[in-house]
Amino acid sequence: MLPKLVGARIKRREDPRLIQGRGTYVDDVKLSGMLHLAFKRSDIAHGKILSIDTSAAAAMPGVTAVYTGAQVKEFLGPMPIGTPFPAPAHYSMAVDTVRYGGEPVAVVVAADRYVARDAADAIVVEFETLPAVMDPEAALAGKPAVLHPGFTNMMGQSDTNLALMIPAGTGVDMATMTVDNTAIDDAFAKAEVVISQRMLNHRLAPTAMEARGVVAHYEPGKDEITIWSSTQNPHMVRSNMAALLGMGENKVRVIAPEVGGGFGAKINIYGEDYVAAAISKQLGLPLKWIEDRSEAFVATTHGRDILAYIDIAATKEGKVLGLRAKLIADIGAYEMLLTALVPTLTNGMLSCVYDIPAIRAELYEVFTNKTPTDAYRGAGRPEGIYFVERAMDMLARELDIDPAELRRRNFIQPDQFPFLTQAGNQYDSGNYEPTLDLALKLSDWEGLKRFRNEARAGGRLIGLGLAFYVEICGIGGWEHATVTVERDGRVSATTGTSPHGQGHETTFAQLISGQLGVPMENITIEHGDTAVVRHGTGTFGSRSQVSGGTVMMIAGDKVKDRMAKFAAHMLGAPFEDVGATEEDLLFEDGMISVKGSPGLSKSFQEVAGFAYLGAGNAAAAGMTYPAGMQAGLSEEAFWEPGGATFPFGCHISMVEVDRDTGEMKLLKMFAVDDCGTIVNPLIVDGQIHGGLAQGIGQAMIEEVVYDEDGQLLTGSLMDYAIPRATDFPHFDLDNTVTTSPLTPLGTKGIGEAGTLGSTPCIVNAAVDALSPFGVKHIEMMLRPEKLWKIINGGQA
Amino acid sequence: MSNRIPISVTVNGKVHEAEVEPRLLLAHFLREDLGLTGTHIGCDTTQCGACTVFVDGQSAKSCTIFAVQADGSDVMTIEGLAPEGALHPMQEGFWEEHGLQCGYCTPGMIMSGVNLLNENPNPTEQEIREGISGNLCRCTGYQHIVNAIQNAAGQTVTGHVGAAAKKG
Repeated sequence: MLPKLVGARIKRREDPRLIQGRGTYVDDVKLSGMLHLAFKRSDIAHGKILSIDTSAAAAMPGVTAVYTGAQVKEFLGPMPIGTPFPAPAHYSMAVDTVRYGGEPVAVVVAADRYVARDAADAIVVEFETLPAVMDPEAALAGKPAVLHPGFTNMMGQSDTNLALMIPAGTGVDMATMTVDNTAIDDAFAKAEVVISQRMLNHRLAPTAMEARGVVAHYEPGKDEITIWSSTQNPHMVRSNMAALLGMGENKVRVIAPEVGGGFGAKINIYGEDYVAAAISKQLGLPLKWIEDRSEAFVATTHGRDILAYIDIAATKEGKVLGLRAKLIADIGAYEMLLTALVPTLTNGMLSCVYDIPAIRAELYEVFTNKTPTDAYRGAGRPEGIYFVERAMDMLARELDIDPAELRRRNFIQPDQFPFLTQAGNQYDSGNYEPTLDLALKLSDWEGLKRFRNEARAGGRLIGLGLAFYVEICGIGGWEHATVTVERDGRVSATTGTSPHGQGHETTFAQLISGQLGVPMENITIEHGDTAVVRHGTGTFGSRSQVSGGTVMMIAGDKVKDRMAKFAAHMLGAPFEDVGATEEDLLFEDGMISVKGSPGLSKSFQEVAGFAYLGAGNAAAAGMTYPAGMQAGLSEEAFWEPGGATFPFGCHISMVEVDRDTGEMKLLKMFAVDDCGTIVNPLIVDGQIHGGLAQGIGQAMIEEVVYDEDGQLLTGSLMDYAIPRATDFPHFDLDNTVTTSPLTPLGTKGIGEAGTLGSTPCIVNAAVDALSPFGVKHIEMMLRPEKLWKIINGGQA
Repeated sequence: MSNRIPISVTVNGKVHEAEVEPRLLLAHFLREDLGLTGTHIGCDTTQCGACTVFVDGQSAKSCTIFAVQADGSDVMTIEGLAPEGALHPMQEGFWEEHGLQCGYCTPGMIMSGVNLLNENPNPTEQEIREGISGNLCRCTGYQHIVNAIQNAAGQTVTGHVGAAAKKG
């Protein structure tokens, strides 16, 4: 039975301060004596630093210090990364070579941000330009240059831009590093239809509305440092900072204040963060660095950018026999914290929701002279689902089978779960047909088809798209919680998750409220400050409800058990007389009472007060204390799920392309998502809407563009478009509930899922709209120019 | 170089006199000099609208106005939208309809919403979307913001869909 308030539409407790402009974000933090940092960045993509002249900058009034990358290297080592594969050393600031436009080369410490910026602009850098490596396939061949000449990769290769190569799927034995392609080759040999397609899941800029920022305050007297960071994971910042600064973790405090969006780009701990902390330690002064938006486009990690060569093999009836994928991930110039991990998650998604008997993938991660990539909402999984769902759509078109029907013929069946796919993931639970049926009903799929056909006959370019997705959530290791009942009956809880819009102060309070029978307004949920929340992992990977919510309830249960013991003791003889045990105690409406004997009760507050007396004080007041019990009601827990959870869903869209301009308009968007048990439907809907927006954005609106010399052309919000309110119609949502066996509440996670179905759904619709012109695939981003060319006789 | 210009700006009903550099942005004056940090900065090319305030009764992007240009003007920020302890109907609407997630675009979005309803008290859904097209949000996908503005306008919220709708 689910606790009361699970499933309740409750408005957020975070909102009052935020709607009044009273939230404290990192740029709102002001410390006495605080100085400001500004970075001088490379304006070329690849080159040797010949000289850096900081004299004019250092001489400016208001400038305290100027450091070059070579100087910072004296006291700050290369940055740690979170993946185990060999990677080239990556210093916070370029030392002798720059490898992407925007890489920091010098930093100014000054009285205010205007002076700091003036001084940074006065720094003169001389470069010897090197050829810019911009195409990942050329990069794989070492052309036109090798970024990291001294680096040897995991396969023992040197003088290469290949960071990593990982084979995956049927016949791949990672333990013995052997490969047997018999099964996959067989599947393709006996197929009645094979479709091959090159597809690019292109590069994006995460573009949280708050760019990055850090305030670092080293206190020399205490040899301690406090760091405010716009981060998704303060505890990870703490451990990485401690390591790089050579300080104990117990001397480093990290505070994530309000964070204005993260989307995966604020998991990484960046060079600017380390530099601010290290210089604060050098100077013994508080320092602040706030990222400009234009800086963010070069300095904050990009997302996606995987090129795929996909082959799909099937019978004439559309039963998929095999899938092959050659994946080339353009990871940019360096490996950041999770750069190398993200494309490996693509491999794992290549079965999508289908029972595909043979899947074989090869992933190549390659360095280029671009901003490094790292996690961005979905982090590798949208890419995998995109490739499969485009292939399925092409298969449906080739075989003239309705796209929904083709999915149905290939679904993993409900009685097959838990299901280990050939791509390597074990799906916890799934029931895909009802979700498909609900999406078809919600959208009136047959009605949409009739409408499209009539409109098409009348000359309009209307298209319908459908995509099904599965998503992997709840990874990232353990999470931590504490639940403390105070002596006055209020509840203070801490979570190691670090919400930045996900509403944990509300949803976790809902859990405790139902569990302990305490009103929500009596519960506080603390997060983000490592001095208050001693342990945690963070908020990313759609893991917070799965791991954070579960561990919150585990800690809550421990406290509840203790309160039950105290309550039973307080009820005394009458409690024993009715033959009750602690399991018979109900925690409801602020009371702890015996099931079936409502008169036998104590208030939650009374029990809390008693629990804080201790045996000595109780005796002095003439009361006995439960045998062997010490005072206190404060419990903690660590927990991780036994495996990942797999939400899923079906997205359907209708688009229209204007014949004269090639502009595409999204007319209708339907989404039926299944994330298992829902704690707060308002928040779940919000997460889905946000994911849909970013997924549609990738297909229709957003694209990082570099020129051949490595200059970022989409370097501001004037050139890199992100969706506006006028870009979307009203989203129509519904949901099914297929619980996870891995979490006590049956929750699965939903934060990123919206991006997985929407992107392929939109591209499928565009291809459908332009199918009268014979087009089979259109590469994203779906620019009007591209679509116009197809309409007017060329292939885009 | 640092010629400071004296200005007098009324902000949320209070007169402030200061001497500022000509290039000081109004957004920075509000945030740094006056400590009104509710107005946020989200870009450097006037696209995002997080910095939206009211200047002389009309919404304006404070990152694209110099403080010296606001000399003699009447500015209202998010902090001045409602009296202490009270909420403006637009703020209530955003709260009721989950019109915010991270909260960063929110002050500017709320100010634009207020401006919209000042000019058009009973907008259609499309007019609402156009009215906030100068404000970017990366979290919500805009649907709940549209709902929030409909709520503030006293309209029936048309965008109740999904799991939340099933809960009424």
